[in-house]
Amino acid sequence: MEILTSEFFQRALIGGILIGVTAPLMGLFLVLRRLSMIGDTLSHVSIAGVALGFIIGVYPLAVGLVFALAATFAIEKLRKAYKSYAELSIAIIMSGGVALASLLFSLETGPGINVEGYLFGSIYTLDDLDLMLIGIVTLVVLVAVALHAKELFLISFDEDAAAVSGLPTKYFNMMISVLTALVISVSIKIVGALLVSALLTIPAACSLVFARSFRQSIVTVVVIAEIAVIGGLIMAGVWNLAPGGTIVMLLIAMLLLLLTFRRRKA
Amino acid sequence: MLNVIQQPFCHQNIIEVNDLSFAYQQKPVLSNLSFAVQERDFVGLIGSNGAGKTTLLKMIVGLLKPDSGSIKLFGEPIERFRGWNRIGYVPQKNSFNPLFPATVREVVLSGLYNKNKLFKRVTKADQLKCDEALHAMNIEDLASKRIGELSGGQQQRAFLARALINNPALLILDEPTVGIDAETQQGFFHLIKHMHQHHNITFLLVSHDMDWVRSYIGEQPKQESGKIKLYVKHSHDLEDCRESNLTHSLRELRQRSENGKASVSSWKS
Repeated sequence: MEILTSEFFQRALIGGILIGVTAPLMGLFLVLRRLSMIGDTLSHVSIAGVALGFIIGVYPLAVGLVFALAATFAIEKLRKAYKSYAELSIAIIMSGGVALASLLFSLETGPGINVEGYLFGSIYTLDDLDLMLIGIVTLVVLVAVALHAKELFLISFDEDAAAVSGLPTKYFNMMISVLTALVISVSIKIVGALLVSALLTIPAACSLVFARSFRQSIVTVVVIAEIAVIGGLIMAGVWNLAPGGTIVMLLIAMLLLLLTFRRRKA
Repeated sequence: MLNVIQQPFCHQNIIEVNDLSFAYQQKPVLSNLSFAVQERDFVGLIGSNGAGKTTLLKMIVGLLKPDSGSIKLFGEPIERFRGWNRIGYVPQKNSFNPLFPATVREVVLSGLYNKNKLFKRVTKADQLKCDEALHAMNIEDLASKRIGELSGGQQQRAFLARALINNPALLILDEPTVGIDAETQQGFFHLIKHMHQHHNITFLLVSHDMDWVRSYIGEQPKQESGKIKLYVKHSHDLEDCRESNLTHSLRELRQRSENGKASVSSWKS
């Protein structure tokens, strides 16, 4: 139990609490706009960036972020090329990211890369720089969402109406993608690249089960994500498990509970 | 003499389309289309699927740029037009996800979120406007329901309330009756007709099936261009231009339409 009071665990906990706010928020917008898979794509591409960062000796999360942002723009370009098959662009870029990551990881044979930690998350790897980065990203996301909550709502609900009202929909679409890339790249160390998209999408899936209003669903996604992140990190610390696994299993457990509860009620 | 002075005032062009052309992947969808919609016109744009109605609509609201030609809204070139809050927009009925977590109130309020409202908070006055729009459409008791739980006709009223919350001068309806049963369509049409006759609102309605409004805008198109037919009905006679007691408040809309209904039914019986 003393692990819970150790410095590295405290860092992981603070970082986790912060991404427990931002990840499900961005995820809610993605899910409502039927872009749930974008989270997966960006995280898979950013693993390639992390790998490259190790090879060239640059802060891996920063390279991961650059890759995620590049993927965002590439998805937009491909989406235009395929129009009605927009999800195709997501699938192509996702596999491209994983392929590149596996090549880069096999190039780097030296010790020191905790590949598993990047894939499934870890409570040991977060340092002060990582934590600061998470803090900055959290601030940026919260300010952007607070400033534009109503526009983001309208764009998610009815993009045409938003455009008719003269709102710059392209700018907002880009904003959602860029913020998502930011959140994902700082979440990788805690939740793991393979599992981070669950932290984006499952809280939103839970809120769709019972939320009536948009306001309610914003509160719901954050509460659910926080329960999963805090509970999952403690379980991971106490039983020495990968936190990505415990967090996602908790999320799924909550979703199942909500679904059964609703069926009972109905 | 009076007419000469009043006419241009009452019949200014709300929409002006000049020599508009648009091609989609080298296939011409619209070519050299010109028309004008005047204040208090009820314009039906009718055409089969693929006739370019939606394309035209998207260009009129600035979602698409024409290949050539120009569009003016309220007398201003669309590139410089800023008065988007004067336009109300009612989308196709089934264009949103029924599970979407949004209450009727949230949806109706979103009619206020335009360019001028960026970075501004939703105020008490906005909430009051929302109350009035809900009241006018007789859906105030549904305000806290999730939009997807409403019936088709109720959803239509909610979207109409969203379009009306700004007291728009131009109301654009994109296939508003798709997927709605005949009886509800009738009710919706009565509401629209009433609004056209008693309020200072210009209508642009896009549809592939015009049975339900034929009775109102007539059998003969005013203009045909390619596969698009343009039907126009004006809300009053030219000499009535000076009529100044038009209601433009939402509060009176419900009263008026209820009175209208009452008188119609008593007249029938």
